[in-house]
Amino acid sequence: MKHGILTDILDYSNRANPYPLYEELRKTPVFHDGDGPYVISTYFDIQSLLHDPRLSSDARNLAATAGDPLAESGEEGAAALPPSFLKLDPPEHDRLRRMTNRPFGPPHSPHRIDGMRDDLRGIVTGLIDNLGDPGRIDLVDQFSYPFPVTMICRLLGVPREDEARFHVWADTLAASLDPDPDSDPTERDKTTHDARMELGMYLAGLIEERRKDPKDDMLSQLAVAHGEDGSMSTMELLSTAALLLIAGHETTVNLITNGMLTLLRHPDVLRQLRETPGLAVPLVEELLRFEPPVQLLPQRTPLVDIEVRGVTIPKGSSMWLILASGNRDPHRFEDPDRFDPYRKDIQHLGLGSGIHSCFGAPLARLEAQLALSELARRLENPQLIEDPPPYRQNAVLRGPRHLYVTCDGIRS
Amino acid sequence: MPDGALEHLKREGRIVVVGASLAGLRAAETLRDKGFAGSLTMIGDEPYEPYDRPPLSKQVLLGRAGAERTALPRRREIDAEWRLGVPAAGLDMAARRVKLADGDEVPYDRLLIATGVRARPWPNEAEAELEGVFVLRTRDDGAALARRLDAGPRRVLVVGAGFTGSEIASACRERGLEVTVAERGDAPLVGALGGVVGAVAAELQRENGVDLRTGIMVTALEGDATGRVRAAHFSDGTTLECDVVVVSLGAQRNTEWLSGSGLGAGPRGIACDAGCRAFDIRGIVTDDIFVAGDVARSPHPLFGYQFLSLEHWGNAVSQAETAAHNMLSESTDRRPHIWVPAFWSTQFGVNIKSVGVPPMGTEIMITQGSRAERRFTGVYGYQGRVIGAVTFDNCRWLQFYQQQIEATAPFPPPFPTVDRRPEGQKALPADFPDPSLPTHGPTITLSGYSPADRRMTFTPAGH
Ligand SMILES: Cc1cc2nc3c(=O)[nH]c(=O)nc-3n(C[C@H](O)[C@H](O)[C@H](O)COP(=O)(O)OP(=O)(O)OC[C@H]3O[C@@H](n4cnc5c(N)ncnc54)[C@H](O)[C@@H]3O)c2cc1C
Ligand code: HEM
Repeated sequence: MKHGILTDILDYSNRANPYPLYEELRKTPVFHDGDGPYVISTYFDIQSLLHDPRLSSDARNLAATAGDPLAESGEEGAAALPPSFLKLDPPEHDRLRRMTNRPFGPPHSPHRIDGMRDDLRGIVTGLIDNLGDPGRIDLVDQFSYPFPVTMICRLLGVPREDEARFHVWADTLAASLDPDPDSDPTERDKTTHDARMELGMYLAGLIEERRKDPKDDMLSQLAVAHGEDGSMSTMELLSTAALLLIAGHETTVNLITNGMLTLLRHPDVLRQLRETPGLAVPLVEELLRFEPPVQLLPQRTPLVDIEVRGVTIPKGSSMWLILASGNRDPHRFEDPDRFDPYRKDIQHLGLGSGIHSCFGAPLARLEAQLALSELARRLENPQLIEDPPPYRQNAVLRGPRHLYVTCDGIRS
Repeated sequence: MPDGALEHLKREGRIVVVGASLAGLRAAETLRDKGFAGSLTMIGDEPYEPYDRPPLSKQVLLGRAGAERTALPRRREIDAEWRLGVPAAGLDMAARRVKLADGDEVPYDRLLIATGVRARPWPNEAEAELEGVFVLRTRDDGAALARRLDAGPRRVLVVGAGFTGSEIASACRERGLEVTVAERGDAPLVGALGGVVGAVAAELQRENGVDLRTGIMVTALEGDATGRVRAAHFSDGTTLECDVVVVSLGAQRNTEWLSGSGLGAGPRGIACDAGCRAFDIRGIVTDDIFVAGDVARSPHPLFGYQFLSLEHWGNAVSQAETAAHNMLSESTDRRPHIWVPAFWSTQFGVNIKSVGVPPMGTEIMITQGSRAERRFTGVYGYQGRVIGAVTFDNCRWLQFYQQQIEATAPFPPPFPTVDRRPEGQKALPADFPDPSLPTHGPTITLSGYSPADRRMTFTPAGH
């Protein structure tokens, strides 16, 4: 009866609207079929499990992944980087995250993000100025896509003249998260592998330079740091830089694109945002609930048999925590399928929870707030050309591949 | 209650709140939220509108926020008559009137008592009067102490190393001031967290340059000719020169104004049922007098129906909300106050949090992290059950242990976790001081029968 619901979720034809499937899934809060993953879909269960010290994010604790269609293929290993802190447990996770946070956020660097505000606004303005023909804009390729990469470059301290090369690698890596089913897999793997190697070599060179002549950027600060947690090895640093790039790219693209799509579907809210740019703050929270860019977390595993709602999940099983389903759980949110930026109670799961909750959250929020309020202000009478838009393949990092919009003009 | 009486109360009844601080304010807001349209009177002996106390030993002492900028954020309008700067001096239960110190009387249909606690003063009155001797409970205390620290004293002596005393010492060190802490117990925080964790707190203090002296008592304070404090004498015969002394010996309940009223109020607070209704001295529950916050002690199903007195911010808020709800409800609609105790403190750059009732624990297991690194989770056990937990810079895990407490899960925890270290392989004696000896400021006090069997079903909200 329930058979096939996971296949349905992964099935591309359901990408535009997976929410009815999640609703179905919530009827079996701990779903398990054959040798597939254990799938958790209600808000309170997900929230508890994200704070449960018996769960590991470290793939080395997985027993078998044969039945998990989202299990990693291992091609990432080809780059031979050590696992990033996303995929580590404490104490290694905590040490690396702490060290990475030192030049990034409070208490040591309370002004880093705020200091990027002008820079971010400049990037947004530049991208909107160059949108070209207002009659047909692809908001993904022309806006959402380039924005976060530029931002990560500025954050890390990639010199302006190298940003173009960086974009090419980032695009290739992002595409590998979202393989075109018609392309040749060997060719694809090789392209990805090459991009990863080139990016790695480039960053390694940059790190070397910054060690000798440190600047104020994050890469320099990370390269020269030595405190109570020791220093980061070059390999750790490479893996952290790659994590920031990957974790902060596709996610931000999707947040901004999902945001515009949702606004274009709710013209009243779009108008309110234009009139009151401050609305962007709660609006972005509601977006992270309503259309979260990370739909599910596919890489938790229990260190010991655990019981969730009477179901025993054996040690080493793979688990999926469906954040996007928890966000629409009617036991947690009133009228969950309604997009309401004025919602008072908005503790969503869109940025995760617990020790792995999104490291880049303050930056992600600021980026989306600036991008959406500026787009709302400057695009004159924007309309969707195609609804639903064409989506990417990826069911985890879900979002439109293109978002074609037409407008009457672009305000200055 | 006869039909219609409740509606009448909601429409035009008179509710009086004595104690205009955290619990009083949150109760008043909840009353209005629930549709109470009658008259609301807030009686408070302090001249200020409700303000927040936790910052007084933290940001305020560091000079980062003025004591006058601690006003509590308002959740909504409460449209109350404020009687500030005048204490309630008595209660006539039969006539349903609160007597004020200025001679006025205020009649009520429902009364909420939220008079909290005050700092226990230095026992020798003449010594307590010396200039430079402080306590810390109120906004005025905070402002005066901060001003004094601004002036750069040569040495500060903190008497008592409970949470407040430790936070004061931390603020002094952060300001670069020399500070001595004297504690009768074997370590800071022993009353609240036991000796195993107390030892970590002790190292933390010493590493941060505190001159920590434990197992010792201050026997006398000495003033100079102008009436300023200049030295303290200790039980080991030594003397310390100091120009500021902060007495941090815990709290006393503000219940004196109720003596002779017939209400069950005394030095241990005001006993109430799980629905926040006060008991009278005959042990009979009243129907029109409710209690909330630091002054209350109430039975808790998770802890064997022991009466808990909690000096916890979160408890004051939650109990106030429950009391307000129950004041306006028929008996079957009333809710029990079953908040799981939770407390936080920041000191010496470490964020300490606890849930449950650690002082009930006889054993502790360090389930995650390491004491040497000052980042760990300790779980307390009592009769084979998880009863409390504490984290040092590890608070993201606390919610899990709270659920363990709510589920009366077995102790020691029989499962592995992430970040389990060698020291976390087995439970240790929690090493609490003998509860019959007063310690300096445990923030939870237990009184009542010893719990025999704690197995029961507890369904927390939201699950
Ligand atoms: C310095 C300091 C730091 C703290 N830090 C923390 C912390 O980090 N974490 C935490 O959980 N808790 C902390 N607390 C505890 C927390 O502030 C209290 O739990 C909370 O204030 C309790 O609120 P309450 O309304 O019950 O009592 P109170 O805040 O004590 O208020 C009672 C009010 O009633 C008034 N009153 C007394 N008698 C009368 C009378 N007869 N007539 C009229 N009015 C009267 C009092 O003057 C007072 O204004 C701290 C407390 C202090 C003092
Ligand atoms: C805009 C949208 C973003 C969303 C929706 C998002 C979402 C998430 C989620 C759900 C997690 C939890 C993963 C887990 O628990 O396994 C996470 C982790 C993380 N995110 Fe984000 N993210 C966003 C942007 C960013 C940005 C801009 C950065 C970097 C600057 C970033 C860096 C990270 C890192 C480093 C982690 C790992 C944290 C850890 O393991 O401790 N993210 N993110």
